[in-house]
Amino acid sequence: MLNDIQKNILAIVADMKGTGEGAVNIRSDGQKAFRRNTEHIVIESKTDKDGIDIRIAPGTKNESVHIPVVLTKGGFKDMVYNDFFVGEDADVTIVAGCGIHNCSSCDSQHDGIHTFYVGKNARVKYIEKHYGEGEGGGKRILNPQTVLYLEEGASVTLETSQIRGVDDTKRYTKVECRGAGSEVVIRENLLTHADQKAVSEMDVFLSGFDTKAQVISRSVAQDTSSQIFYPRVSGDNKCFGHVQCDAILMGGAKVRAIPEISCNHVDASLIHEAAIGRIAGEQILKLMTLGLTAEEAEQKILEGFLR
Amino acid sequence: MLEIKNLSYRVDGENGAAVEILRDVSLTVEDKKFIVITGPNGGGKTSLARAIMGIYPPTGGEIFWNGEDITRLSVTERAQRGISYGFQQPPRFKGMKVRDLLNVAAGEKMSHDTACNYLTKVGLCARDYIDRDVDTSLSGGEVKRIEIATVLARKSGLMIFDEPEAGIDLWSFARLTDTFREIHDKKEATILIISHQERILRLADEIVLIANGAVAARGSVEEIYPKIIAETVIACDRLEGDRKC
Repeated sequence: MLNDIQKNILAIVADMKGTGEGAVNIRSDGQKAFRRNTEHIVIESKTDKDGIDIRIAPGTKNESVHIPVVLTKGGFKDMVYNDFFVGEDADVTIVAGCGIHNCSSCDSQHDGIHTFYVGKNARVKYIEKHYGEGEGGGKRILNPQTVLYLEEGASVTLETSQIRGVDDTKRYTKVECRGAGSEVVIRENLLTHADQKAVSEMDVFLSGFDTKAQVISRSVAQDTSSQIFYPRVSGDNKCFGHVQCDAILMGGAKVRAIPEISCNHVDASLIHEAAIGRIAGEQILKLMTLGLTAEEAEQKILEGFLR
Repeated sequence: MLEIKNLSYRVDGENGAAVEILRDVSLTVEDKKFIVITGPNGGGKTSLARAIMGIYPPTGGEIFWNGEDITRLSVTERAQRGISYGFQQPPRFKGMKVRDLLNVAAGEKMSHDTACNYLTKVGLCARDYIDRDVDTSLSGGEVKRIEIATVLARKSGLMIFDEPEAGIDLWSFARLTDTFREIHDKKEATILIISHQERILRLADEIVLIANGAVAARGSVEEIYPKIIAETVIACDRLEGDRKC
């Protein structure tokens, strides 16, 4: 049975009420708390290390998999390996959020390595939300790694967001668009506040013919927090890639964005853009002319920016 | 009623000397009137509009709206009292949708039909625009029309538009002038428009000519428009004189 803290975190990181619908695996403090398979989606525990294998049958359409992780024991450190095998022509949504409730003085940490093998012409939407709460002095640490291998015609959209309350994060995302015509869209939203630190690195390899990648990073750094972005896209065949990093700075925060594009083929076309700055005064004034206070205007702008 | 009494606005220039942007401007606008403010570039029109909205703090004088002294009120407080302002160059918002801006303007979540109504008034189709981000993917003319739609959605007692025609194509501009005429005909609001367009000037009850930070002339379209046409701008005084610049 899930307690109220766990239920609340599940609602925040996975939009789940209770145990939700479709295939589900809830991990709480390092243990399997709930699992449900469907006719087309089978989740099994690994036998050689901690984690699960998620097998999505070829042709599975409009189904979802929720695999949220909740940490509520102060000082608990969790490391998990989850592998996704998405069959040909499948079209699924995978939701994998993680929330830490830490009221202790010891650090709580969850490191997750998610590896996706996306079959021919399969479509995947992957949603991952990270969140931390609790009054203790112990840090809430999340270090996710997401690795994807795309076969011919496969299409993946990654929507990852760090909502708030995560003291330290090191994210690493690696995508290999191996198959011809495969494409990936990565949307990463990140909010840091207080003295939190976030590092996000990405490697996208466009090795297949006529592959596409779009990386859209939006971040807000408040107070004295700091963030570093290092998205790298490599074009090794006829391909198109676009990297866009936008960050809003507030208070005494610091953000570094170091986008890197490497063209190793004459038909590779890669673009990068990066912009860091405070909220434009005219934006706040405009919303004030519509009746909002300066504080409400700022909140509205951040809501839209991190949507 | 809008009453502007001896309004002045002074800023520090590049060399530290004070620069008078508005000089002793006094203007009274009766309820439901349609006033067009025109005048040469850099004459103080936008500064006057921004001072009425509260964006620029005046260095002298007073502004009254419906009998209340609003000179020291914030932009938000003036908006809440029924004053709205359409920016000459509206800001763009990454991630904010047209629907979001209209909802903020209306102060409530508006129905698709209502949003459609406001967008139609500025010559846009809701189906194409309601879920678009108000960012650089929109053209200048599109952002400008969305800006005007947000002012309409405020249902304010005083609507100020700063060069609403700028960047808008002829067909959409025709639709826009119809909208201004309709608001005026129905006596829905007091309208203050900064404009250089004859088509808008012709709609006005009165034209106010602002030049060098002061009211240079005020009167009916018939009185003022011929004067504007007659006074062709001399680009270079020196060239006009000894033919040397």
